[in-house]
Amino acid sequence: MPHFYFDHNATTPVSPAVLASMNECLAEVYGNASSIHHFGQAAKQRLETARRQVAAVLHCQPKEVVFTSGGTESDNLAILGSVRHSGRAAKHVITSSIEHPAVLNTCTQLEREGVDVTYLPVSATGTVDPDDVRRAIRSDTVLVTIMHANNEIGTVQPLAEISKMTRESGVVFHSDGVQAPGRLDLDMRSAGVDLYSVSAHKFYGPKGIGALFVRDRTPVSAISFGGHHERERRPGTENVPGAVALGTAAASLGEIPTANLRDRLEAGILLTVPDAYVNASRSERLANTTNICFRGIEGEALVIALDLKGYAVSSGSACSSGAVEPSHVLLAIGLSAEDARSSIRFSLGRRNTAEQVDGLIEAVAESVTHLRRIAPQTSHSGRPVYVHA
Amino acid sequence: MFTPEPGATIAVAMSGGLDSSTVAALLARDGYRVVGMTMQLWNQRRLPELAHDEGTGRCCSLDDVYDARHVAEQIGIPYYVVNFEKQFEERVVVPFVNDYLAGRTPIPCTLCNNFIKFDQFLEMADAVEAHTIATGHYARVTYNSATDRYELRKAVDESKDQTYFLFGLTQTQLSRSWFPLGETNKNEVRAIARELQLAVAEKPESYEICFVPNNDYAAFLKAYLKDKGREMERHTGDIVNTEGRTIGQHAGVHHFTVGQRKGIGIAAPDPLYVIATDPAAQTVTVGANEQLLSSRLIARQINWVSWGGLTHPARANVRIRNRHIPAPATLTPLADGNVEVRFDEPQRAITPGQAAVFYADDLVLGGGWIA
Repeated sequence: MPHFYFDHNATTPVSPAVLASMNECLAEVYGNASSIHHFGQAAKQRLETARRQVAAVLHCQPKEVVFTSGGTESDNLAILGSVRHSGRAAKHVITSSIEHPAVLNTCTQLEREGVDVTYLPVSATGTVDPDDVRRAIRSDTVLVTIMHANNEIGTVQPLAEISKMTRESGVVFHSDGVQAPGRLDLDMRSAGVDLYSVSAHKFYGPKGIGALFVRDRTPVSAISFGGHHERERRPGTENVPGAVALGTAAASLGEIPTANLRDRLEAGILLTVPDAYVNASRSERLANTTNICFRGIEGEALVIALDLKGYAVSSGSACSSGAVEPSHVLLAIGLSAEDARSSIRFSLGRRNTAEQVDGLIEAVAESVTHLRRIAPQTSHSGRPVYVHA
Repeated sequence: MFTPEPGATIAVAMSGGLDSSTVAALLARDGYRVVGMTMQLWNQRRLPELAHDEGTGRCCSLDDVYDARHVAEQIGIPYYVVNFEKQFEERVVVPFVNDYLAGRTPIPCTLCNNFIKFDQFLEMADAVEAHTIATGHYARVTYNSATDRYELRKAVDESKDQTYFLFGLTQTQLSRSWFPLGETNKNEVRAIARELQLAVAEKPESYEICFVPNNDYAAFLKAYLKDKGREMERHTGDIVNTEGRTIGQHAGVHHFTVGQRKGIGIAAPDPLYVIATDPAAQTVTVGANEQLLSSRLIARQINWVSWGGLTHPARANVRIRNRHIPAPATLTPLADGNVEVRFDEPQRAITPGQAAVFYADDLVLGGGWIA
């Protein structure tokens, strides 16, 4: 049975160009980039070429790019590194209620360290109001961290407007940009961010490599300890093949895809499936993402049913799959727990075709109809109840 | 024994243990379209003060999910973890806790079968368009065309029989359940697993209640209530003898179950046993072994699993705890739907909260909860 992939916000396949560059590097370039000799220099050259490639996409200086192991580490380094660097006695951090766990749980860690954290609400479309940021900033605020695009519903935050507030107040501004490369324009200057996280595997690179943009002269303390790598901000022998792959992935981003296929999917589902609606639909959002609530069905069951038909989709974010709680993002935009559990994320990518989309629409319609038909028969159907009071 | 059509889709409940892994492997080998699923029922990290030995393969541990996934990969079937933690807590854990606090000795496995394994899991089977579910239970289901009923029967290997925990199933549940191990014995199962080189072929059996580490109910209750922001109410009380005289103190009735000998903490010329507990009065009554004997019980909330019901007194063999040998008795239906059970010979330690399950040879007629 063929399998079709509609879960690109979870991860993407490695592109042939990225694979070739990484293979070549693994095969040929084995020096330690910190070594003085020929082998070390060859590795260092690859590393710095990759850094320039990433900087070109982010529209920043190469020295502002710190290689990390991925999005989670970039978020940790940005948040812990900047807050811990601040010497103040009382510290305050502002974030949103729809961040990725890599940000939310890092903020929780800061709370354990005595930092006060404000979690801003979002509108029904999942947008942070820049005025809320302004109002939340206090004299002891050291960091604002608001994601660029949401992984579950695709909502894009007004970074440029938020950064006006942070700049006026001299507060460091971090954004988790993990979902953005290839899907949004990236310009660190116009966005006004001081710190920005990216991860290669969300844009056709491999897992295990990412980067943190650190604006020149933004103070960030290391959060792990070792050698003097990455300008003393991230120790550890450089992952040169990973960085090369990240650089190639960045250099091959190309044009930002249109929303045509996503819109075809969305329209097709809404047309064929009754009682389905798009979560956060009117928001400024990623062109590849739609999150749809199918009233009355269990999202987990629909994901499994679609998988058995050959279509890979997701309920909530990949990280919270298997967790009991309904998506914190969907709850934050005002869904009931029941509707949140009935919601499915579809995220498209380069290789999806109109035929695949049409097949998916049909599979969704079939599965939802089936699940709705069986639901009342098997649960709460007047079976004898043996409650052991 | 009914067998689904060749090629039918079967949802197999895979715990990561030897039995259910072998079921999945056998059905896949026999050409069924098997979908493996592990039910995530309880988060072991939730009550951190209950020290866990992670190596014991307790239900729902990450190790068990790992094992189930490994077997699914070996036999080449689709595999999913489905999360029923919320339902499990509501339908199994809360009643378990309330029973203990009310001085009963509950059987969570039966509630789990009634409300989770043969209910929520059946719903998930529907989602994958599997009419039949298969589990690693040792039991059998037959169809009686004369009565048009599905009948629950003991496993061929009586030492492994699990029908005591299955008496609460409905006809619909029985009609969709397949217990392939009901015709085998444990040694055969292990031999099959070895032959198929399953990753769990040498895995030891687990006997404890899956969410209670080391079978320490009292510690679980304390930790669970603390997690819920409740304290155990008034711990201590009197230990009295059968004449009602106070002969000692105890640390909470939930530490005691009828028939228990260990942990009473009173020196006496003859061994003392728990005869009864009274959570309202906070008393534990102790006495001699023979005072535990009783010939009568009332079973409530009866389910006639294989039968139409009972209108007149009838003879049956009645099992009052899991490993108890069913004892001959007369069943009398009462006006309120309960059943009075009168044993031919007195039985030891009839325990409120346990099940009384009625058998005619290998046929499970039904059962209820001991009042």
